[in-house]
Amino acid sequence: MIICFTNPSATPYIEYRYIIQYRAMNQSTRGGARAGAGRKPSPDPTTTIRVPISQKAAVLDFVQQRQAGFRIPSGMEIFAFAEHPPRQKFPLMGHSVRAGFPSPADDYVEKRIDLNEELIQHREATFFLRVKGQSMVDAGIDDGDELIVDRAIKPEHGRIVIAAVDGELTVKRFFQRDGLVKLIAENPKYPDIEFRDGQEMLIWGVVTRIIKQV
Amino acid sequence: MTNIPFHAKQHASFALVDGNNFYVSCERVFNPALEGKPVVVLSNNDGCAVARSAEVKALGIQMATPWFQMQDLARKHGIIALSSNYTLYADMSNRMMSLLRQFSPHQEVYSIDECFLGLDGFSRDLTTYGQEIRQRVRQWIGIPVCVGIAPSKTLAKLANHVAKKRPEWNGVCDLGSLQESGLNELLADIEAGEVWGVGRRLREQLAAMNIHTVLALKQADTALIRRRFSVVLERTVLELRGISCLGLEEIAPNKQQIVCSRSFGQPVLHLAELREAVSSYATRAAEKLRRQSSVAGAIHVFISTSPFREKDPQYSQGITIPLPEASDDTLKLIRAAQWGLKQIYRPGYRYAKAGVMLMELSPAGSRQHTLFSDEGAEKRSARLMQVLDGINRKMGKDTLFLASSGIMKGWGMKQGNRSPCYTTDWGELAEVRG
Repeated sequence: MIICFTNPSATPYIEYRYIIQYRAMNQSTRGGARAGAGRKPSPDPTTTIRVPISQKAAVLDFVQQRQAGFRIPSGMEIFAFAEHPPRQKFPLMGHSVRAGFPSPADDYVEKRIDLNEELIQHREATFFLRVKGQSMVDAGIDDGDELIVDRAIKPEHGRIVIAAVDGELTVKRFFQRDGLVKLIAENPKYPDIEFRDGQEMLIWGVVTRIIKQV
Repeated sequence: MTNIPFHAKQHASFALVDGNNFYVSCERVFNPALEGKPVVVLSNNDGCAVARSAEVKALGIQMATPWFQMQDLARKHGIIALSSNYTLYADMSNRMMSLLRQFSPHQEVYSIDECFLGLDGFSRDLTTYGQEIRQRVRQWIGIPVCVGIAPSKTLAKLANHVAKKRPEWNGVCDLGSLQESGLNELLADIEAGEVWGVGRRLREQLAAMNIHTVLALKQADTALIRRRFSVVLERTVLELRGISCLGLEEIAPNKQQIVCSRSFGQPVLHLAELREAVSSYATRAAEKLRRQSSVAGAIHVFISTSPFREKDPQYSQGITIPLPEASDDTLKLIRAAQWGLKQIYRPGYRYAKAGVMLMELSPAGSRQHTLFSDEGAEKRSARLMQVLDGINRKMGKDTLFLASSGIMKGWGMKQGNRSPCYTTDWGELAEVRG
């Protein structure tokens, strides 16, 4: 028989708890409660206790005697618990059980917008580059802008591309018509870059988005 | 008699995809000016060459050559030396491996720049497939790769070697496409030392048995090989015969040891500075340990002077400290490491390197408690480590660290010429001329 209750005379700051264990003469001491198991005491002292009818007299007797002056009745032992009993972990349910009328908005809940998903088509082949220079301002690409570049997209006539020219990465519009290949600047102050037979030019990737600080 | 393992397969097919001069290639993606130039990437601390471009290999500079030894050649040929940028290489590697997964459901990432793909049951022409892989990685990631294809992993490794060294294969070598006679002719032309798992010592021992070429090894008596060497080498012989004994390890096994060591930027004399370095390496190693959910049963600490400073008195020592209880707690590991360091430290030497190695790793859940273990304290330490790792992951490396790791880190790494972290740091994006 185990009874747990909060010591009514304890100060509000320290919580003492006791187990009163009644040991009948022939009763085994094995099994039974684990320390710290069961319902945890609430901050307010609880008063209701439930005991077997056959033991009620003994318990009341004990409590009264204890209030009068502390004395352990024969056949009972008192175990003081630690001041900070070990915490018990409870599984946190991932969902709640609903009571009442369900919210009609629930059907319209969508996940949030993920820019990676929206702006990046080929994850492995996508790189960010930062622009330095003014040669593409008429295409809306300013100094300091960041570009999203996808290397998996085939460079086609008219697209804005990154090219490796003279050991440098450059952003220009790709021109490919009538056997002529050019990189066109979108700023009249900058010349286009033209290529002749045998000259090598590598298209690094295709620009898909421009990121601007506003 | 030949012992063929029960899981051996006769008609398997593997591809080994391997990045060419991977680190140099990563650098070239963002810095096209390096294209066609002789480039070396130096180890941590700018010590020695860990990657060489084809142009540097052509100059006869070997792997692991110390930088100061090649300085004359470097000046003469304009070799560009870069500090290693492992952040960049790791990101490029992840992109490459992820892309290669599109080519086979079975992948074993073997190292930062190479992986095996299982091609069992692919009915198409594998050389064409290899070329597709090659072009896709080149276009999407910017890294040139070579592909070796064969009925066993050992042969696939060899095929990759052929694809790399012999331009007539155009970067893809499918040994399965050769007739037996053609294959043997090719193998007769390759040194036995090129075989996966045959190191210098084995090569010499094999040479003493008159086994010089891959073909000779392939045709060696397996029973003799097993008796003289090991079952492992016998298996290699079987693999060379096209019997696949080594399967794909698709899930990378947890590391059995975690090493964290560096050379110092400048020689370190005092125990205090060594202590900081050792603390900081133990911290890093413990982070790795927790990431793979393991605990360490022992920690090894070592320090050494520089063998390249020939005039300096030399000293090098290590000590292994068994832990009373396997742990992943940074504090406990540091305490053990510090104790070990104190045992092996001798004053009066100019230390060039220190490191810690975590050993006897086991899964964190299965540790054994000792008679005197304090479970409450352990839970507290686990919470503390969680908070530590959580904050450092979120706010950046070394936001929170133990003061014993030192704040100034005067012993820190020398990285004179590291490229920006183009792909992982918003502040260091590659620049493009507008």
